[in-house]
Amino acid sequence: MNLAKLAIRNVTRHKLRSALTILGLAIAIMSFILIRTVISAWYFGVEMASDNRMVTRNSISIITPIPLSYKEKIAKIKGIKNIGYGNWFGGYYKDEKNFMSNFAIDTNYLKLYPEILITPEERRNFEIHRNGCIVGKKLAARFGWKKGDTVRITGNIFAGEWDFVIEGLYKASKKSVDETMFFFRWDYLNERKKIIMPSEVDHVGWFLFWIENPDDAAKISNEIDAMFKNSSSETITETEKAFQLGFLSMVEAIVKALRIVSAIIIVIILVILLNTMAMAARERIPEYATLKAMGFGGRKLFSLILGESLTIAAGGAAIGIPLTFPLVKIFGKAIETYLPVISVSNDTIWMGLLIAFAVGILASLFPAWRAINTPIATSLRKIG
Amino acid sequence: MMIPISYNIKNVLARRFTSTLTALGIALVVFVFADVLMLSHGLEKTLVDTGSDDNVIVIRKSSQTEIQSSLTREQANLIINNPEIAVSRGGEPMVAKETVILITLPKKSTGAMSNVTVRGTGENGMSLRPQVKIKSGRAWQKGLREIIVGSSIHKNFLGVELGATIRFSGQDWKVVGIFDAQNSGFDSEIWGDSEQIMSAFRRPVYSSVTMRLRAVSDFEALKERIEADQRLTAEIKRERVYYAEQSEVFSTFIKFLGLTITIIFSLGATIGAMITMYASVGARTGEIGTLRAIGFRRRSILMAFMIECLFLSLSGGIIGLAAASFMQLITVSTMNFQTFSEIAFKFELSPRIAFQSMLFAVIMGFIGGVLPAFKASRTNIVTALRS
Repeated sequence: MNLAKLAIRNVTRHKLRSALTILGLAIAIMSFILIRTVISAWYFGVEMASDNRMVTRNSISIITPIPLSYKEKIAKIKGIKNIGYGNWFGGYYKDEKNFMSNFAIDTNYLKLYPEILITPEERRNFEIHRNGCIVGKKLAARFGWKKGDTVRITGNIFAGEWDFVIEGLYKASKKSVDETMFFFRWDYLNERKKIIMPSEVDHVGWFLFWIENPDDAAKISNEIDAMFKNSSSETITETEKAFQLGFLSMVEAIVKALRIVSAIIIVIILVILLNTMAMAARERIPEYATLKAMGFGGRKLFSLILGESLTIAAGGAAIGIPLTFPLVKIFGKAIETYLPVISVSNDTIWMGLLIAFAVGILASLFPAWRAINTPIATSLRKIG
Repeated sequence: MMIPISYNIKNVLARRFTSTLTALGIALVVFVFADVLMLSHGLEKTLVDTGSDDNVIVIRKSSQTEIQSSLTREQANLIINNPEIAVSRGGEPMVAKETVILITLPKKSTGAMSNVTVRGTGENGMSLRPQVKIKSGRAWQKGLREIIVGSSIHKNFLGVELGATIRFSGQDWKVVGIFDAQNSGFDSEIWGDSEQIMSAFRRPVYSSVTMRLRAVSDFEALKERIEADQRLTAEIKRERVYYAEQSEVFSTFIKFLGLTITIIFSLGATIGAMITMYASVGARTGEIGTLRAIGFRRRSILMAFMIECLFLSLSGGIIGLAAASFMQLITVSTMNFQTFSEIAFKFELSPRIAFQSMLFAVIMGFIGGVLPAFKASRTNIVTALRS
């Protein structure tokens, strides 16, 4: 009988125990992949960032506006191709719980995002209608919105009720792009600001522009920031990636905690499998002694135990990984207000597999060591 | 008749390695479970303790935070002219008209920029919050570009030492004092003179008005008057309620994420316990037969195995909880989604959390142990003795 066969037979000897172990491993691997996926979901903004896009904002903080008049000065700088501007608009639909990312943007803005797909007709309608808005497909699905609907948003920074007509639903060309954003016309906002917030009229949240050559980023950033140094609104210009990483660094504690938890899961997977393997080895010490007496060497015994451990680990991975997809889907739905883009990446799957494999090896080391090192005579004398 | 407990303990000790692993698995789950609860409890406590019972805060209607709110000077004056508001010895109303803005400062740990709340307040700003005490240096002087920084800001951010100058809004601001606010949310703020801050940021409006009530029971009357006033579009809240609400979104998020993870984990640990207990039953079939033969009842066998499993889960729970209690030494500093600014808070253990964690451990042990224990109690005497 060859060793591989014997190893697999060993797995099926204690059917219940093996089944439970595989189930336990499957659950642990599943939660490992889930957490890894949640961690990478924090990074969606960074992944979405293009090396060609840069952002200029007020140096005080992102919520401090800068004058619109800066636009012309920035646009004149060499190497800048296209410029748009935007403003954060804190708003919700009907209930405060229905919070979403709303942006007041100029009509040029969406051109800077080739990954946001709308039809030329939708674009034209948005450019013509001042109270128009473009919303993400997922967001529209969440609230049951259709093209042509009038939606009422309540502003909590810019107080009051705001009505918008949906001119288009956008799709994303890449998985890493958020499909839950809400864009409307900045000039519509500016008009109302004249009444509710006169001090912020003709001010924008940030400028977004496209640069021809990403290598010029540092130079352009210095040039812009130097231009507004010692002015009433000093600026910070950085690449979109750096800008997004800035957001992320503010919640680094959460990401760090998640990383620690994912490490703990690996320990749990190891504990479950090690427990089973140790039990199996303990029960089979007389058997192993018999095998040794028959002339099987330490290496053969080790491969026997390793084979069994790897088979169980593989079983856990085979059940856990496919189950992760529906789990992430349900979980993603529940947290979509916080993390709008959540999907399992191939890297994460590979990592799950790799860990199952590594744990399979690790869990066999101690039992194998014990099987090999217990003297034959003691083992044969021992019962149970 | 009961099987003596010493028998169970001996059994657990006989399989030291697997028993330890099982208890360890449960300990890890309890550790994570307790940490999640401690974290959200710590956040809630920090923010709730920021408010006092006899203070109320007025912000613009439908703005959930001070950052989003704005009240004109006229509105602020209307708000403070109410009979329910306490008056100081000097005859002045006990109110603070405040402007709250965000600036970015580099964090000590990473050097990355993070949002910090700057509160421009008046002379009453400190007397309305008795928990705020100057730890070193002095308070800012009216009419000067001076600021004082909270202890968490002082600890977590670069360049905010006493005597240092920080630059924002095109102005230099001197750090003249460091204050301690007893682990409340104010520890994560920078304070200065409201008029200076308003002029530097060219902000003609206040963010909020905080007032001391004459009596805690006056709140309803004041609320009715302020919210009915057509000239105001304002909302009044008890200060404690207002700050508690600031933690809501974030703490729900922590709880949701954390508890999902723990539930999945606990399934794993329960299965681990089940494996151990089944193995223990399997290895002791002969022993169980003997026990039955000498007259122990099925119920006693069932009890014995349940006790064994509960013993494992209790030790796991204690280890996990003990480890989690050390987390209280750690302060977390991160951005609160709602206020968009940095907040420092601690892992906070409460008797309730300790109880919940132990209960959780016991439930895991119970579920893991009940099936194997039944299997043990159903063992047939004859077959068992023959094995």
